[in-house]
Amino acid sequence: MYPRRYLLALGLPGLIWVVLFVTVALYSLIAIAVGGLDPLLLTPVPAWNPLHWSSSSLTLVLSALKPFAGPDWVVFQRTCIYIAIALAGCILIGYPVAYYTAVCAKRSKPFILALLVAPLLVSYMLRMLAWVGLLGPGGWVNAVLVPLHIVPPQFNWLDGRSVTVICGLTYGWIPYFIIPLYAALARFDTRYLEASRDLGAGTVGTFLHVTLPMSKQGILAGTVLVALPLFGDFFTNGLLSGVSSTAMVGTLINTYAQSQTEQTLAAATAVWLTAFLAILLIPYLRSSARATREVAR
Amino acid sequence: MSATQAAPRATSGRTAPSGGLLLRLRRARWSSYGLVSIVIAYLVWSLAPVLIAFLFSFNGGYSRSIWQGFSLQWWTGPASVFHDPMYYDAIRHSFLLAVLVVIITVPLGVSLSIFISRWRGVSAKPVTFLSTVPLVVPELVLALAMFFLVTKLLHFVALGTVAQVAGQATFILPLVIVITRGRLASIPIGFEEAAMDLGATPMQALRLALIPLLQPAILASAIVAFAVSIDDFVITQYMSSTSSTQSVPMLIYTATRGTATPALNAMATVMAVATVVITGLGYVLYRFVSRREQIPTLAGEEMPAIAAFGEGAL
Repeated sequence: MYPRRYLLALGLPGLIWVVLFVTVALYSLIAIAVGGLDPLLLTPVPAWNPLHWSSSSLTLVLSALKPFAGPDWVVFQRTCIYIAIALAGCILIGYPVAYYTAVCAKRSKPFILALLVAPLLVSYMLRMLAWVGLLGPGGWVNAVLVPLHIVPPQFNWLDGRSVTVICGLTYGWIPYFIIPLYAALARFDTRYLEASRDLGAGTVGTFLHVTLPMSKQGILAGTVLVALPLFGDFFTNGLLSGVSSTAMVGTLINTYAQSQTEQTLAAATAVWLTAFLAILLIPYLRSSARATREVAR
Repeated sequence: MSATQAAPRATSGRTAPSGGLLLRLRRARWSSYGLVSIVIAYLVWSLAPVLIAFLFSFNGGYSRSIWQGFSLQWWTGPASVFHDPMYYDAIRHSFLLAVLVVIITVPLGVSLSIFISRWRGVSAKPVTFLSTVPLVVPELVLALAMFFLVTKLLHFVALGTVAQVAGQATFILPLVIVITRGRLASIPIGFEEAAMDLGATPMQALRLALIPLLQPAILASAIVAFAVSIDDFVITQYMSSTSSTQSVPMLIYTATRGTATPALNAMATVMAVATVVITGLGYVLYRFVSRREQIPTLAGEEMPAIAAFGEGAL
C-alpha cells in the first residue's frame, strides 16, 4: 500500500496539532494548578518541571469541596442536583420524541428531523436570549401566569431562581440529548415489538421488557453527551440568574479564571472536575464496550 | 447499515392484531396520539421562543420583552444592526472565524483520518484516543487549558483572532475525524490498491481514487465545522482579546442582561437565518455529491455527522 513515509507526511500536521493543542495544553493546565504565584505581580507561574510541583492549590480546592463542611461543597451539591433534574427532564421529554421520530414516524420523518436539528443551527446564546425576553417581569410568560394567579404581578424569573436555571439547562441541552438517542433508536428493529406482542405481552410489558432494554445504550450515550458539557456550563446560569445563590461548578471555575490572582484555583478546580468526570465515565465506557462485544459476537 | 435496515422496516407496517381487533386498533391509535402530541408540544416549546425573539426585532420600542408596536427601526434605523458597528463587527468576526476554522480543520482532519485508517504497523490507537479527548473534556476545561497554553508557553501567539481560530479548530477537529473515519470505514482499500496496480503513484491514488469517494464526508465535515464554529462561545470567549475580537455569541452573552435594544434580536436573527441558509445549501450540495449512492433515509455518514454535531455541543 502507501509508503510509510508518505502516510506519515499526511498524518504529521494533524498529529502535531493534536499533541500541541490537546496534550501540551492539558499539561499547562496541570502545570498552573501545581504551580505558584509570582510574589510581586501575583500572576500564576506554571511549574513545568514535575520536581517543582506543589500540591497547595489542589489541596486548598479539595478542602473547600469537603463534603458538608467546605464552603464550596454547597456549589458542588447544587451542581449535581441541577444536572440530575435537567437530565431527568431530558430523558422524560426527549425519549418519547426520539422514539416517535425513529420508530413510528413515516412520511413526516424528514420534516420532524429537520425541526429537531434546527435548534442546533440556531445558536445556544440566541435561544437563551429568547427566554430572557420571555421571562422578564413584563414578559409574555408573566402575561399568561399573572392573570391565572400562579405568580404575583411583576414576578422576576431572572433574579436567581433555581427553577429558571434548571428549566434553562433542560431547554438548552435537550436537542443534544435527542439527536444521539435518535441515532441509536433508528437501528431499532420493530420486528421485536411484533414478536413480543405475538408472544402475548401487552403494551406496557413490551415497553418494559423489549423497548426499554434495547434503548438503554442510546439513553446512556445521550445522558453522557449532555452531562459532560453540563458540568462546564456557566453561561446558562450567567444569563438566566447571574446570582451566586445558583452558582454551579462551571460558574466557580469561570469566576476564578476572571481574576489573575485566582487563576491557579481555576486550574486546580478544573483538574479535580476532570478527574471526577473521568470516574463517572468508567461505568459508561464499560457498558458500551460490553455492548460492542455483544454486537460483534 | 442502510441495506440491512431498510428490509425489516419495509415489512413492519401495522401488524394484524389477533382478536379484539377494534379494541387493539383503538388502543394503538390512542397511544400514538399521545406520542404525537408530546412531539408537537416539544417542537413548539423548542422553537416558538426563538420565533418570538425574531418577532421582537421588529418591536417599536426599546424593550426586548414588552411588545410596543411594529417598526423596522432595528433593521434600517440609525441604531440598527446594520448601522451600529458593534453589531455588524460581531457578525463579520463570527463569519471570519468560521471560514478560517473550516479551511484549517477539514484538510487537517481528513488527512489525519486517512493516516489513522491506512496506517499499518505500530497501532494508531493513541492518536485516535488523543483526538477524541476534546469531546470528552468539558469545553470550559479545554478553554482554560488552551488559555494557559497561549499565555504561558506560546508567547508568539497573542490572544485574539489567531488564538480563537486555533482554539475552535482543536475542538472541531475531532468532529471532522469522527465523520471522515465513518466514511473511510466503508471504503475498501481495494480501490486505492487497484489504482496503484494500474500504475498510479500513491499521490494519484489518493487524489483520483480516495478523495472523490470521501467527498460526501468532506462536505459534511465542512458543514458541521461551520455550524459549530458559529455557535461556539466558551473557547472563543477565553481566546479573545479586545472588543474587536467579539463574536456574535459573546456579544449576546454580554448584552442580553443589559439594556441592549431589539437590534440585538435583529443581529441574532441575521446570524440564525444565515447559518440555516448556508448549512441548507451545504446539505443540498451534499445530496448532489452523494446522489449516486442510495440513501433511503438519514443513513451512511449523514447520521454520524448529525450525531457528531450533537457531540459538538458548545
